[in-house]
Amino acid sequence: MTVVDSESRFHVLAVDDSLIDRKLIEMLLKNSSYQVTTVDSGSKALEVLGLTDESDDSSSPSSSCPDHQEIDVNLIITDYCMPGMTGYDLLKRVKGSSSLKDIPVVIMSSENVPSRINRCLEDGAEEFFLKPVKLADMKKLKSHLLKSKQQHVAPQPQPQPDQQPEKPPRNPEDEEAAAEAIPDGIVSDCSCCSTSCSNKRKAATMEEQEGLSSPERTKPRLSSTTSSSLAVET
Amino acid sequence: MAAALTNQLHALVNNMFATGLLDDQFQQLQMLQDSSAPDFVSEVVTLFCDDGERIIGELARQLDKPNVDFDRVDSFAHQLKGSSASVGAQQVKNTCIQFREFCQQRSRDGCLKTLDLVRTEFYDLRNKFQVMLQVLPNVLKIHLTLSIEFH
Repeated sequence: MTVVDSESRFHVLAVDDSLIDRKLIEMLLKNSSYQVTTVDSGSKALEVLGLTDESDDSSSPSSSCPDHQEIDVNLIITDYCMPGMTGYDLLKRVKGSSSLKDIPVVIMSSENVPSRINRCLEDGAEEFFLKPVKLADMKKLKSHLLKSKQQHVAPQPQPQPDQQPEKPPRNPEDEEAAAEAIPDGIVSDCSCCSTSCSNKRKAATMEEQEGLSSPERTKPRLSSTTSSSLAVET
Repeated sequence: MAAALTNQLHALVNNMFATGLLDDQFQQLQMLQDSSAPDFVSEVVTLFCDDGERIIGELARQLDKPNVDFDRVDSFAHQLKGSSASVGAQQVKNTCIQFREFCQQRSRDGCLKTLDLVRTEFYDLRNKFQVMLQVLPNVLKIHLTLSIEFH
């Protein structure tokens, strides 16, 4: 992978364990003239980003990986449900890293689970796209990319403490979603990755609703409604 | 000659939309295909067909066990649901949703019945895709260029 003309094209890192979805997101991004790198797991994404699996600190290029390349990534778009490291786990790792925390992260999911969406947004995701992702969704990326380019300066003087579940204070809109105070006791509510979750899916959960033909597919900010009765079954 | 084939393909694809086999996500794929990636649709469709066959085999295997691991079955159904949604295979996708409900209910009977249904629907769709891709590959490219104006 060569870093070419970083001024003219934004570089997006796309993470998805599904090959079909990787092809699709790659096409969508290329169609929008972005440079794209796709990987099939969160751990591979961290490698590309220059983080080893252990540390959450910025690693110098001369770290333990001699063939490691530092690649300038302007945005990360990741699937939520992946075996091993979920998209949410990846989000936390990125936001917990002093070198990467300013990279905007977008989460994609095939399931319309309000508590999931809220949690991702509270914990630093810029957007939440419902799959299948469409061309229209790509337009939403531009503003986040432009914002990140401007922020791409020297690291902050205050190093972030270890990954805390607290919401980042920067976005006033997040407080509205945070006011939900969803008591999510389980680490991951992803039933599709049951092999990686120690908690099995909650029995008869109301949250596993399919928001298939919902016209408001990519509504990132949900107003304060209850978590379980939002998406309508069709 | 080419016109007749184009019409036939056009009729086939329209029929697939009309009968609910495909939804507008397939049109999204068509719109994404361009001269820099002229085989995009056929590649994605081929991936779906191969992947679908693999998953259906896994589902059958899992449901054949004396003690069914419904979470595992659900995980496969979720995969198929995801890939069918991504290519616009609406009918298969909807059956996968039903499938997952039976998994949640831990109903082996329900799962087996739905597996039969999804298998039938998948193979029907696959046959139609294969007509598109193998019998009429060049016509498909022309059709895809033209169909953007229609939809």
